[in-house]
Amino acid sequence: MANNEWLSEVRSMVGREYGRIYAWDEVNPAMVRQWCEVMGVENPLYTDPEYAVQTEFEGMVAPPAMLQAWCLEGLHMNNYPPGSTDENPYGVLKLIEAQGYPAVVAVNSELSFDRYVKMGERLYYTTRFADMGEEKTTGLGAGFFVTLIQTFYSEAPDKERLKGKEDEKVGELLFRVFKFKPAQRPKSEAKKDDQGQEEKKAEKPAIKRPKPGISDDTRFFWDGCEAGELRVQHCKCCDKLQHPPAPVCVHCQSFELDYKVASGKGELYSFVVMHYPVVPPFEHPNPIGLIQLDEGVRMPVGLTGVDPEALQNGEVKIGQRMQVEFQTFDDELTLPLFRPVDA
Amino acid sequence: MTAMNTKQFNDVSLGETLPELNIPITVALITGGAIATRDYFPGHHDKDAANELGSPHVFMNILTTNGLVERFVGQWCGPTGRLQNLKIKLGVPNYPGDHMTFTGEVTELDAETRTAVVSLKGKNSMGNHVTGSVAVVLP
Repeated sequence: MANNEWLSEVRSMVGREYGRIYAWDEVNPAMVRQWCEVMGVENPLYTDPEYAVQTEFEGMVAPPAMLQAWCLEGLHMNNYPPGSTDENPYGVLKLIEAQGYPAVVAVNSELSFDRYVKMGERLYYTTRFADMGEEKTTGLGAGFFVTLIQTFYSEAPDKERLKGKEDEKVGELLFRVFKFKPAQRPKSEAKKDDQGQEEKKAEKPAIKRPKPGISDDTRFFWDGCEAGELRVQHCKCCDKLQHPPAPVCVHCQSFELDYKVASGKGELYSFVVMHYPVVPPFEHPNPIGLIQLDEGVRMPVGLTGVDPEALQNGEVKIGQRMQVEFQTFDDELTLPLFRPVDA
Repeated sequence: MTAMNTKQFNDVSLGETLPELNIPITVALITGGAIATRDYFPGHHDKDAANELGSPHVFMNILTTNGLVERFVGQWCGPTGRLQNLKIKLGVPNYPGDHMTFTGEVTELDAETRTAVVSLKGKNSMGNHVTGSVAVVLP
């Protein structure tokens, strides 16, 4: 690493604790009810006083998954209620940012609950800079995993504090982010040239089928798919077929090659059902077959109209008759898939 | 209110799968969820701001994802389950127009504390938006 100094400085901050950040509002039924409405949570423990009074809480409580929401600053950034610390618990991220790691992505959120909180409780949290890993390179770019732990407390009301009651821990949040230098992406450069106009038109990044590498030797095959023909390479010298396409005949070494259009019929010679990893946009699990064409060559293909379980439990067997079916993906790529047919 | 399950610990078996939950991802859910969790980060309610950040549209905040995870597990175990923790790992974003489908199964049982651990994932058209686990104490 070129500059270790700033790193050791940041690292020496591991373990540092930051002061309290208070909630603007005490735990209250209106905010809870709206949260439940948006989330679609229908638990009467949160919204029905008659139900809640019969539970061990003897009244309504807040959904535990809502814990963090109480202490967020709201519309105005860094505008925390009186009594909150002036320190910035995220200062460590700023320090890393200053070294050329501008982007951040949340990786883990781990909430744990010591108890549910009741209406009327006032919460605050403190933050601990728990960990920073070595520099790592991921698909997003190079950077650091930073772990912060927020501990949530319920403040003892003044009257009860006089009687010796202390603030009580109610939960904890372990929050891990990746602070990184984005890997270069050519597309974002293009966007900048266009004064942001391109960005406005940005669409959801559709995950597309990977495209084949097409060469002069294989183009006839892919053109055939577009034309709805299953084309198999054919040797004009020895009259034999071969697949996948090659620059030379594997039987007689001739360069005199053309193709024949196959019937698209064949049988299942072998198969595999891919379970791991999950690769969008492919089916999951993803059934892949090796088809013995009636013309004699074998072809690895995606299977369609096949329940992967039927393959695994033997309902669909080796030797099953199959028929080609051309399917077009993403409006740009036509592939030969095979579907089971009656013998 | 609709009738709810009240799942008993003794009724739960290891490997039990939870009923799937399919959630349409809408602008209303993303922005409403952000505001209901007091998260006014512009990328969650302002499409132009989201575009500036390189996103095609507003994207769901983590606190809404947490809420939906509680809903998924809560609909299975009912109002008498008590969440002990909710641990998630974040994947691809949730954008409007997509759907997220939650699936899950019981992967740990502790009879002494009557705790069931549900391992779950919420998947949209681009892959897993969220994977994680929830530990819940049952009556």
